[in-house]
This record gives sequence, C-alpha cells and structure tokens, in this order.
Amino acid sequence: MTVETKLAVTAQDVRSFSEANNEPSWLTELRERALADVETLPMVKPDKTNVEKWNFTEFPAHTVESSTYASLEEFPEEVKAIVDAEGQHNIYIQHNNTPAYLQLSKELASKGVILTDILTAAREHSDLVQKYFMTEGVKIDQHKLTALHAALVNGGVFVYIPKNVIVEEPIQAVFLHDNENASLFNHVLVVAEANSSVTYVENYLSTVDEAKGQANIIAEVIVNDNANVTFGAVDVLAKGFTTYVNRRAILHRDAKVDWALGLMNDSDTLSENITYLKGDGSYADTKSVVVGRGEQSQNFTTEVRHWGKASNGYILIHGVMKDSARGIFNGIGKIEHGATKADAEQESRVLMLSKNARGDANPILLIDEDDVTAGHAASVGRVDPVQLYYLMSRGISKAEAERLIIHGFLNPVVNQLPIEGVRKQLTEIIERKVR
Amino acid sequence: MSTLVIKDLHVAIDEKEILKGVNLSLNTNEIHAIMGPNGTGKSTLASAIMGHPKYEVTSGSITLDGKNVLEMEVDERAKAGLFLAMQYPSEISGVTNADFLRSAINARRGEGNEISLMKFIRELDDKMEFLEMPEEMGQRYLNEGFSGGEKKRNEILQLMMLKPKFAILDEIDSGLDIDALKVVSKGINAMRGEGFGCLMITHYQRLLNYITPDHVHIMMQGRVVRSGGPELAEKLEAEGYDWIKKELGIEDEEETSGQEA
Repeated sequence: MTVETKLAVTAQDVRSFSEANNEPSWLTELRERALADVETLPMVKPDKTNVEKWNFTEFPAHTVESSTYASLEEFPEEVKAIVDAEGQHNIYIQHNNTPAYLQLSKELASKGVILTDILTAAREHSDLVQKYFMTEGVKIDQHKLTALHAALVNGGVFVYIPKNVIVEEPIQAVFLHDNENASLFNHVLVVAEANSSVTYVENYLSTVDEAKGQANIIAEVIVNDNANVTFGAVDVLAKGFTTYVNRRAILHRDAKVDWALGLMNDSDTLSENITYLKGDGSYADTKSVVVGRGEQSQNFTTEVRHWGKASNGYILIHGVMKDSARGIFNGIGKIEHGATKADAEQESRVLMLSKNARGDANPILLIDEDDVTAGHAASVGRVDPVQLYYLMSRGISKAEAERLIIHGFLNPVVNQLPIEGVRKQLTEIIERKVR
Repeated sequence: MSTLVIKDLHVAIDEKEILKGVNLSLNTNEIHAIMGPNGTGKSTLASAIMGHPKYEVTSGSITLDGKNVLEMEVDERAKAGLFLAMQYPSEISGVTNADFLRSAINARRGEGNEISLMKFIRELDDKMEFLEMPEEMGQRYLNEGFSGGEKKRNEILQLMMLKPKFAILDEIDSGLDIDALKVVSKGINAMRGEGFGCLMITHYQRLLNYITPDHVHIMMQGRVVRSGGPELAEKLEAEGYDWIKKELGIEDEEETSGQEA
C-alpha cells in the first residue's frame, strides 16, 4: 500500500507558477509531466530506514514572499557571520524563496562565468539549463521525491564555468530560512566545462526554530573533462522539515570533485551524496560530518560509482549521535565491469554520546571487475575512556576532554571547508549541538 | 615543600590484586627510582596514583600535602600537582598538540587567567627547541602517528609546559635510542630542583646513568621490598634480582598477571 500523496498543489498551480516566472515551455512541460508522475512513482527506499511514513508531501505554501537586500549591510547578522564581507565577491543569497542578493565579480562575468538564481537561469540561459537539468545527473522519474522536486522547483542557483576558466575565489550561496511556512524546493546546478576549476560553498541556514514546510533539495554537479570542482556545504535546517537532500556529481575524463559536507540539520533527514565516476582517471573525495541530536532520525547514503578506468573514489564520513538521535550511514563503493585499476576506499565512523543514541555504519562494496583495489573501515563506538583519562591527567575537565575528542573526530571535514567564515560557523554549530 | 605519601596501598584490576600494600613517601626536590622485574606492579602504582579508570584501589591511602588524592577526579589530581608521563600515551585524532597543551595550561590557570597566545607560543617554541623537537610537531595531531621516541619526548614536553609538583615517569626510557634518552633525561634534569619531585619507573639502570636518583626502591610481588640510595641500582645492574629473591625467600613463580598495563 502506498501512502496517499496529499498535495496542496494542483497541475494548474504548477502551470501558473511556471508562467508567472516566464519559464521556457520545456520547463513548464517538464514540471507538468513530473507532477503527473508523483502519484505513480514509488517512494525512495534507503537502506535500513523505512521512510514510507515520513511526511514529504504536506506543506502550507509553495512559495512565500520575502525581502531582498540592497547591500551587504542589510544582511541579517546570521548571514553576515558566514559571509566574508571584504573578500567574498561572488555570492548569491536566497531569502526563503526570494532571490535576495547577487554579486559576481566583473572579471568572472567577463570570462563568461554565470552565477544566477535557477529560475532566472532557465529564462536567460534556457539551452544550457535544459541540457543539464535532471538529465545526466538525477533523473526526474528516479522516485516520488525526485519527481516532486522537478514539479515544484522554487529556488536554487545556477553556476556555470566555461572552458579553461579557473575561478580562484570561492562562489558562495546562502539559503536563509526564516519563515516557518516556507518550503525549499531548491535546485542547484553547477556545470564546470573542460579544464575549468571552481570552488562552490552553500549554506542552508534556518533562523527559526520550527519549520512547517518541506525541504526537497537537489544539487547536480557536472564536471567535464579535466575540470575540478570543490563543493562545500553546511546544512542547518530546523526541526519540522522532512528533509530530502540529494547531491550528485557526474565526472568525465580526468575530472575531480572534492566534497566537504557538514550535515547539521535538526530535521529528520534523508541525504544522498552520490558521485558517478564516468570518465577514465576521474577522482572523487567525499568527506562528510554529521551531528544528530534530540529525537532526530537520519539516513545518509554516500556512494561513489566507478565506470572509468583508473578512477579513484574515497568516502569518509564521521557522525556523532546524542540524546535519542538515530543515524544510518550507508557507504557504497560500486565498481562496474570494465573499470580496471579503479580504487574504492571508504571509512565510516560513528561516535555515540548517550545510551539512547543509535548509530549504524553500513559499508558496502559492490565489485564487478577483477583488476581493482577496494577497502572499507567502519566503527561504531563511544568516547574512549582511556583517551578521556589521558586528557584529564593533564588537568582538562571531563567535559572539555569530551569536547576536544568530538571536535577532533569531526575536524577532518571542518578543515576542508574553503571559506573561513563557514569553517568557523560549522565549528560553532558543532559546539552548540554536542554541548 | 610538598609531600606525596602512599600508605599500605592495595590495588586490583579486574578483581585481581596487583598491589599488596605499597608504602612510599616523596618530597619535592627529590628524585626516586622504582625498579623491579616485569609484572611486579610498578606501572599499576603509577596508574593508581593518577586515577586510571581500570584500576581499583581496594584499601590504603594516597595523600598530597595531607589532601586525599583518592577522592579527586583525574583532572583534579593533575590540578593538585600530579603528572604521569605514560608508557603508552593515547593518540587523539584531530586535536593538535599545541591546542591540547594550551587547553591543559588554561585548565590549570582557570577562567579569566588564560595564558596569552604569544606567551604560550614563545614558551612552546623554547621547550620544543630544548627537546630537539621539530616545530611542525606542535601542529600535528596529539601523538597520532608519532614514533615511540616522539611520544616519549612529547610526554616530557607536556611535563615541562605544565610544571607539576610531582611527576611520575612510567618507563620513559623504554624504546628510546641513546640520543633520545639523552634528550629526555636533559628535560627531566632541567625540571629538577625546588618545588619538583619525581618518581621514575624503570627496568634499566641505563636511565639512572643520566638522571641520578636520590632514592631507589625495588618492587616485587606488589610491594616495595628494598629501599636505598643509588648504590642499590648499581648492585641490581651487577647482580640482577636473584639475591633479593633469595633473601626474601621468593620462588620463581609466575609474576602476577605477567603484563603491566
């Protein structure tokens, strides 16, 4: 039996929304087809968590109106804290569903770099968006939630780096959520053409304690031949969302992606971070940290799939679970037939801080080729009493010793984040969450 | 002057009694050495003084200037002035040596009285240079991937930075080559003086060539069985332990648990 999908949005609403945004007809039609599929497509089935009863479909409003910002000075304090006002020249801020601020350095614009909200991009760069929007990466009909996403996209950002362009300064997107009725159907599309390079960092930041809407977020990263993308993210979405976040990269020949994800939501969260190593010599380094607390239930799937010869995929995920939080960590390395000399390595470690917390590290290696190397390490445990003793024997209190051990445990990812403000923010969030 | 007094100390691990009535008294400005064969409880004594969670004190007392050490948490013992250079220091991933040391110093100094960053760095640089440690070791994660010798130097670095009243050195000499041993000894000798007392646990006379003890104690079967001056260590070096066993009527039985945790 499938749970009935009670959608507050009709086909007519979707069409009106699309038309109001002057979307190209391909997108309007895509939305309509996707909406029709929502009813019939199966629900996503993550390993070890049953999400059939999770409410992914109810929300009070498709979009809400929010204010824009004329200048950096008008940013809310929480946003100022994570944006390096002096040094950050390439920035997009979305206020709930409203594109609120956009800045791209003249130099990058003159080289053909595109940074704009996704709906504007669909109008102004229709061909490019059509080429990559849910075609190579996430498929619309993958399951109910991807179709729902395609039908209802109401925000997100488009980043396009032309051939041979090296972007030195990071590009930052901040998705500020301060209206409890808002829903985030954000689509992020990062396209790096051949021989280009870019660092993109996104922040999902709730400043309200309770959310009534949905967060159904998809990011697609297309890395063409010999291009290089560093993708950093810090997610801090409020309790009340049912968060589905799918971050997907497609790598072509000799392409490289480095993921650094700080997954700090307070909502129930289903997260997929999947990298397809299609090209020979492609390389993915996937690093994630998670802190779960309260009654939260979360499922994280990190997968690297190898088609390319001599492709390298590394997965590292460290999770801390406290209170009664539950976290499932599925690490999947899959090597397809023909991907000779591929290397798939993964490490999942879960630290539990309280009796009722539950963590499950689930390493999976699926290998269809002989001439490869692969390995995994997984552990679930508590803070080592001998480590605590060692630190305390130097005069450090038990609480501070635990704090040091936890921060140390999460540091491998925190240190990877390329923007200092974001690094600091993640450190502070971890501090707050594990206290 | 401070005094550390251990009286009739009995300690068990997993309900097996290892220490069977240890008596020992140390003053600051004194260096004591404890020697003895493997498995006689030397390391157990060190761990019990510091408060290792696996060791249970079943009877007896430890006092520091009259204060009951056994009632203190591990961090309180450190703040009261005790320090243990461990035989197997823990590795703490993700925490740099420097950050750890600063936290430890500030924990002792208390809130509002934190050491200034400049002063800390200056002192750390000085001490690391003194111990011939490369500068980058301050930024490496605490003991992670350190060689045996690097770990021992790092214990002495902590000792020099934290300046305790009493240091217990648990086999600080094991696994060190002669150059490293000299450096480690140099560190300990630099601490020597008013306000500092030391209890060195070792198998080997070799360490005592570099750090001359004021008192030497021999432990066997969970007790201190002989105490004397440096000449006692020399006699052990020359004649081994058999003469004491004979005097005490100890048969060569299997020694306690056969391992020193």
